[in-house]
Amino acid sequence: MIRVKITPNNKQSQLQYIREISGVNINKCIQCTKCSAGCPASARMDILPHEIIRLLQLGQVEKIFHSKSIWNCASCFVCTERCPRNIDIARLIEAIRLTIIRQPGKSKFKPDDVPGIIDDKMPQQVLVSGFRKYNR
Amino acid sequence: MPRIGAFVCWCGTNIAGTVDIEQVVQAVSEMSGIVYVKDYQYMCSEVGQNLVKTAIKEWQLERVIIASCSPRMHENTFRKAAKAAGLNPYLVEVANIREHCSWVHKNKEEATKKAIALIRAAVAKASLNTELIAKEIDVENRALVIGGGIAGIQTALDIAEAGYQVDVIEKSPSIGGKMAQIDKTFPTLDCSACILTPKMVDVASHPNINLYTYSEIESVNGFVGNFEVTIKQKARSVNLEKCTGCGICTEKCPSRKSKSEFDEGLRTRGAIYTPFPQAVPNVPVIDREHCLKFNTGKCGICEKLCPAGAIEFGQEDVLVTKKYGAVVVATGFDIIDLDKFGEYQYQNHPDVLTSLEFERLTNAAGPTAGKFIRPSNNKRPEKVVFIQCVGSRDVSSRGKSYCSKICCMYTAKQAMLIKDKYPDIEVYVFYIDVRTPGKNFDEFQRRAVEEYGVNYIKGMVGKIFPAGDKLIVHGVDSFTGDTLKIEADMVVLAAAAQAKPDAEVLGRKLAISTDTNNFFTEAHPKLRPVETHSAGIYLAGACQGPKDIPETVAQAGAAAAKVIGLLSKRKLVSNPCVSVVNEDLCNGCLSCLKICPYDAIAAKELATNNHGITSKRIVAKVNEALCQGCGGCTVACRPGAIDLKGFTNKQITAEVDALCH
Amino acid sequence: MMYSYYPGCTLKTKAQDLERFALISAQVLGIELAEQQDWQCCGAVYPLAEDEIAGKLSAVRSLAAAHSKGEKLITLCAACHHVIKRVNADMYSNEFVRKRVNNYLQLPKNYNGEAKVLHYLELLRDDVGFSKLAEQVRMPLTGRKIGAYYGCLLLRPSNVMNFDDAENPSILEDFITALGATAVKYPFRTECCGGYLTVNDQEANEMAANIINSAIGLEVEEILTACPLCKYNLEKELGTNTKVRIVYFTELLAEALAIK
Ligand SMILES: Cc1cc2nc3c(=O)[nH]c(=O)nc-3n(C[C@H](O)[C@H](O)[C@H](O)COP(=O)(O)OP(=O)(O)OC[C@H]3O[C@@H](n4cnc5c(N)ncnc54)[C@H](O)[C@@H]3O)c2cc1C
Ligand code: SF4
Ligand code: SF4
Repeated sequence: MIRVKITPNNKQSQLQYIREISGVNINKCIQCTKCSAGCPASARMDILPHEIIRLLQLGQVEKIFHSKSIWNCASCFVCTERCPRNIDIARLIEAIRLTIIRQPGKSKFKPDDVPGIIDDKMPQQVLVSGFRKYNR
Repeated sequence: MPRIGAFVCWCGTNIAGTVDIEQVVQAVSEMSGIVYVKDYQYMCSEVGQNLVKTAIKEWQLERVIIASCSPRMHENTFRKAAKAAGLNPYLVEVANIREHCSWVHKNKEEATKKAIALIRAAVAKASLNTELIAKEIDVENRALVIGGGIAGIQTALDIAEAGYQVDVIEKSPSIGGKMAQIDKTFPTLDCSACILTPKMVDVASHPNINLYTYSEIESVNGFVGNFEVTIKQKARSVNLEKCTGCGICTEKCPSRKSKSEFDEGLRTRGAIYTPFPQAVPNVPVIDREHCLKFNTGKCGICEKLCPAGAIEFGQEDVLVTKKYGAVVVATGFDIIDLDKFGEYQYQNHPDVLTSLEFERLTNAAGPTAGKFIRPSNNKRPEKVVFIQCVGSRDVSSRGKSYCSKICCMYTAKQAMLIKDKYPDIEVYVFYIDVRTPGKNFDEFQRRAVEEYGVNYIKGMVGKIFPAGDKLIVHGVDSFTGDTLKIEADMVVLAAAAQAKPDAEVLGRKLAISTDTNNFFTEAHPKLRPVETHSAGIYLAGACQGPKDIPETVAQAGAAAAKVIGLLSKRKLVSNPCVSVVNEDLCNGCLSCLKICPYDAIAAKELATNNHGITSKRIVAKVNEALCQGCGGCTVACRPGAIDLKGFTNKQITAEVDALCH
Repeated sequence: MMYSYYPGCTLKTKAQDLERFALISAQVLGIELAEQQDWQCCGAVYPLAEDEIAGKLSAVRSLAAAHSKGEKLITLCAACHHVIKRVNADMYSNEFVRKRVNNYLQLPKNYNGEAKVLHYLELLRDDVGFSKLAEQVRMPLTGRKIGAYYGCLLLRPSNVMNFDDAENPSILEDFITALGATAVKYPFRTECCGGYLTVNDQEANEMAANIINSAIGLEVEEILTACPLCKYNLEKELGTNTKVRIVYFTELLAEALAIK
């Protein structure tokens, strides 16, 4: 288990990148947990949305990169809608996903995966969104 | 060139730490007109003031420059010192080298340069200063209190006890405000009515207090010591003198559909009603919108039944104009509407309540006679969830950015009230932070946890899903990171406190300002907490910002003390730095009249005689008692006909010239 | 009145019913929907990252085309609507996006978010009016218990979507009522169905299950949706369960107008 080290130096640039492409000021979060409390996907998350923000505040990006939460966020915007501090959490989580999948070979959903999931009713929309969200 | 003396203050290290005093003294001594320069560690101290006084006499100084902190701090101190030494106080000029210089700069060289420039500007202005004489005005020795909540009640009683007449204007049919609605009060849990109603009775019976209930401010004119206020007494339809308060009318009124405002809509009332049994005055009022007589012409049962013949359908609104020396605004607060918080199901479910509704529900005199039951099925709840910060600390478009301050404490109180009566009911409180500064406050909240076993959960509720006769509350406990689902029977929402919707309108009538949240603004957040920027108008209670009762009462006493202090002066000294019109230059455009925030400018007709032909023209005229010397008019005036004494255009130009030197 | 109409890919393939019924109903209601020429896939999800410009281009092409004709742009699929509406908001208020997109597209005239985008439901509510719609109903769906399913994309984030109260919406219920049916408000009607997570997780979808159970709990017989993906997820979760049927809102519209 890794004990928390606040903002390891080698993670600064990733943190900065996440801040930049999300456009979100994570310091505005007061850890009220409203986002997590309404998140419909929380059952599939090991780290809740408010914890993701807390970890970002502490610079612990590595922990977030290894969580399954970021891949299970549905971009439903409930958190964004309700955050009392106007934090766009959905955008932040997208930025974290992108920080990973924009690295070569890190795509989460690949053309090879399609045959395994497709059925004859599945709308195109699913595949298009899947590639947009998990592949670069 | 007048003989000018300059006094440079170190303010300990506040100024001297960043500004090279020696260099400043050297530079100032070379400025034209300067005959004397002195520096000292604390110029405002008695020793410092004596330095000024002595120098004025010994060096026959005609102008005095004090280079020190902001004039807001000590201008008056040095004016008094000058006066004591026989110099007209308005010949003193302050150069602010602290707030405007040493505090905001780090580089000593630059700060020193700036300090010298600021003093040079002050010298330039002071050379053009003229002697100004303050006038005296009479003070009307009666006070007006707007709002009859605990703030207004306490203010009125304190002023009346000091021997002055007070009028209280209350918008609703009875005084009492929110405190009358509350069940028990933190931090002592004494019954609200038991400590409030005696005060209400005192107000009604005090020989120095005159009550105008069901009344509002129509307009306000005048100025400190001499306000002229027009009060609108709304038609009550019941004669205040004749009514004995027997209550037969309110009981027999057949129109019963109106929701009781006092009971937060949890109960209905008649069209003729007294808000609550202990109302002061205990005289009902007819709600004309719901009265059958007013709507259909039929009915009139109350009129027939009233043994005192007090019902007067024909009453009309009455306007009364009276004069006051001082005004206290004590109009209180509201809680926000929860329309935008659909996730809590307040609109959709009767068992989701606001905190204020909860107060009525547990109140022995409330709609259930104190029986703690769910509005949906009249059964006792087994699990109650409280949610704090509903709309507080919320910078989104649906909330208020501030902390409402009272909710942590009243939620702890409400939770304890349940546990005290029904220890078997499970109580949960969702909170973001518990904020309980105040005497015995934290101990109070801890009691809820430690003695009563209230489950405090640090986290918020995402949404409430009604299911069957339960309310499934989805929340998170941030300590464990667990998501929680609580099957509650009742949910109580601590809705944010907010300013009264009409605060801004009232503020405009009184020429006092409101902040971004529409609470009235105090003159200084630390040093003048009960004054407004308009002289003679004071603030008490929650209209200035969310407050509990102890704070409200303290502020009410402070406002009363200010009023008493004002009224005890028979005469007031007016500020001589007022605008003056040069009638020869004025072209009567009256731009000044439009922009003056204090209504101090009026049009005046001037008869002119030009070689025997008389003609009339309009010029602006300043009411010196109303003018606060803001100077707005001087910039609005195109021909430059209006000027501010003590800050004339010439003086300002001289300052600017000196700065640009 | 003439409108520009953006269909989107799914409506041309797997969700043909959503479009077919919408188009024939529009005819009866006197709404002229002209399908845009050369429309392209909207990308299905709105690109959330500040630096993603390419994913917004096709939406802008459609928006600019509608604007140049002076017509409102009508959408039908909830996902397309979400993307186009949000891109439009960016073009209106996000200087960074506006500049880059215009530089890239080199349209005859710079586009600055001027077009008005309406979802078909908004068109019915705001331009036609539900009371007018009710007058046109020939076969009222009397006695049918219908639960509206809003999902995410039409409602949130409400400050951009401006579709309805995000926590307590009523447009679909008002629509159901206008068709003569009984609208049932069930607690999970604005919760997420899981959306694209379906590519990620092939196990049980508890999000969709919650919605279905919540509706069934209040005896809803038909769940109404405007999104092909929601319909897919809900139906997949439903499996062989026939207690409730998932239908496109346009299908019921056509039925009530007696043209199905
Ligand atoms: C649910 C709840 C529980 C609370 N519990 C406690 C507690 O246990 N202990 C505690 O210390 N504090 C408690 N408080 C706080 C307490 O209510 C306030 O501190 C107190 O009411 C403030 O008094 P006030 O006179 O300033 O305002 P208010 O009580 O709001 O009174 C203002 C009065 O002015 C009148 N008015 C308003 N506008 C006008 C106008 N334009 N013209 C004429 N009249 C006007 C109103 O009708 C009202 O009568 C609680 C508050 C809430 C919401
Ligand atoms: S809702 Fe907003 S403020 Fe609250 S924990 Fe989530 S991100 Fe932070
Ligand atoms: S957008 Fe993602 S994190 Fe936010 S509530 Fe929806 S699923 Fe949860």
